[in-house]
Amino acid sequence: MKDYLTFALKRFLQLLAVVFTGISVAFFVSYLSPISPVETIIGRVAGQSAYSPEAIESLRQTLTELFGLNVPLHERYFNFLGRFLVGDLGPSLLAFPTPAMKLVMLALPWTVGLLTVSTILTWLIGNILGGLAGYYQNSRLLKAFGVVAIGIQPIPYYIVAFLMVIIFGFLWPVLPISGGFSMNVRPSWSPEFAVSILRHAILPAASLVIVGLGTWFLGMRALVSNIVTEDYVTYAELAGVKRERIVSSYVIRNAIVPQLTALAMALGGIFSGTIITEQVFSYPGLGTLLVRAVNAGDSAVVLAVSCIAVIAVATAIFLIDLLHPLLDPRIKAE
Amino acid sequence: MFSVFRDLIRYNIEFTIGVVLVGVIVAFSLLSFASPVDPTAIYTTIPDMPPSAEFWFGTNSRGQDLFWQLTFAFRNTLFFGLTVAVLSRIISITVGLTAGYLGGWTDRTLMFFNDIFVAIPIFPILILFYFVLRNNLDMMKLALIMACFGWPFDARLIRSVALGLKHREFTRHAVFAGMSPARIMYEEHLPYVMPIVFSTAMANMIWSIGLEVTLAVLGFTNINVPTVGTALYWANNHSAMVVGVWWWIVIPVVLIVMTFLGLFLLAVSMNEYIDPRSRLRRMGA
Repeated sequence: MKDYLTFALKRFLQLLAVVFTGISVAFFVSYLSPISPVETIIGRVAGQSAYSPEAIESLRQTLTELFGLNVPLHERYFNFLGRFLVGDLGPSLLAFPTPAMKLVMLALPWTVGLLTVSTILTWLIGNILGGLAGYYQNSRLLKAFGVVAIGIQPIPYYIVAFLMVIIFGFLWPVLPISGGFSMNVRPSWSPEFAVSILRHAILPAASLVIVGLGTWFLGMRALVSNIVTEDYVTYAELAGVKRERIVSSYVIRNAIVPQLTALAMALGGIFSGTIITEQVFSYPGLGTLLVRAVNAGDSAVVLAVSCIAVIAVATAIFLIDLLHPLLDPRIKAE
Repeated sequence: MFSVFRDLIRYNIEFTIGVVLVGVIVAFSLLSFASPVDPTAIYTTIPDMPPSAEFWFGTNSRGQDLFWQLTFAFRNTLFFGLTVAVLSRIISITVGLTAGYLGGWTDRTLMFFNDIFVAIPIFPILILFYFVLRNNLDMMKLALIMACFGWPFDARLIRSVALGLKHREFTRHAVFAGMSPARIMYEEHLPYVMPIVFSTAMANMIWSIGLEVTLAVLGFTNINVPTVGTALYWANNHSAMVVGVWWWIVIPVVLIVMTFLGLFLLAVSMNEYIDPRSRLRRMGA
């Protein structure tokens, strides 16, 4: 137990290092931005009616202080880190003066929900089918599935999502293709709202599952077809252990550990996929917010989304790594 | 080298299909050097013509001949993928071999950074770069940025092979013969990791081209450079699917899927070739 805690602590320190590096990169990249939020707001205000030059000048000073732009770079960086700890990344431009963090927090549950459900589904289905395909190598159905998986696996998210919009939006319109819930349903804890959310989530989630499935299926099939040649599997078969038991607790159980590592490593990529999927299906999550913010030149929101993305992905990887020693007793928490 | 290629063609149907698919796409993109039209000019032909004998792939709503337009798009896209693959291979070989051979503190430090880079989601970072650079974000800069993020997986893979090589007899011989660590890595160990380098290079190209397409489709690259992504961007911009100019979307999508499938099959079959057990099983030994 003590070993496990030291391992968890080490991994936690690494998590902090990842988050720190990620948000620092994000900060310094966004610092290079040629768009000044102060001038954008002044342009917006001054466009509506005439103001005296003194009023504009004092507005400029106030805004410069509000955005914290009146200090040198290193001080701005430390201010940023300090304010980041309390979850304050300054006001957004998209919906000035709503804090950028508030917009991100409104969008976050949608993305996290979509991502969690579709990733878990993809991973489970892909690994179970792949495991079966590796063990029962003569099954026609599973072989056919393998060919389909090889065909679909390399297609980028965007194209699959786009094809689904064409199929379910134009050719056979049975499911809603945009938004997170219907316009005429009021957001509340009611069954209609829940059904509406579910119906709207089907297509985005399905596109993520379809694209992701192939990787896990092929990976698992390759792992399992190596494991079935191991002596202990032959021995178990000779000793008359039931086939289902061999598949589930001898073969798949052993192959699942590297697949868990692969899941941790693939999370960053899966997250990129969600951004596209959300954009294609106009899903009200982080991806849509990010694209809107980029188009509006809103650096605070872009920075906030990037930072939250780094934290979310890094935390998910951390949690998966913590599961690792529990699943595989051979890994003695280094 | 040639005998490896012959064995792969003879025993591995996936490899053959992969070679054919990638070959077709490469040949198609090379046609751009013989192109009679300027890919950046618009309204040079009649817009919205369906595929015919005169316009093989039809023309788009911007009055461009899609056939020649796409040859340029694929040339740029393939070149982009290749640049990212080569640059990131250089980083991953250097880091992987150094960490594996030297071990100790060097290994721990390099792998610490490696793990950080694995965990950073690249897409928001790329969007951030676009946000800052806007239209100054040309293909070379994008390739450089992506190469800086595309190495960690493969560096780890190479390191694990180098760890095994370190304790082999020939490495000790080389050390006793007075070879410097750098020469041991590049002359003795590099040939052993080359198959991995090739197969991961294919996977890396799929990854980088996929990201480029996605970025461009959202309009987050320089949309005036013809690439597969920008071709789709303009098609969406003119609502090609809604107004019935289906060939503007379908043809690039089919071609890019062929590219991905070809690269993927090459990567998979080379991966299988690296593992002697599965190679022998396939050869029927």
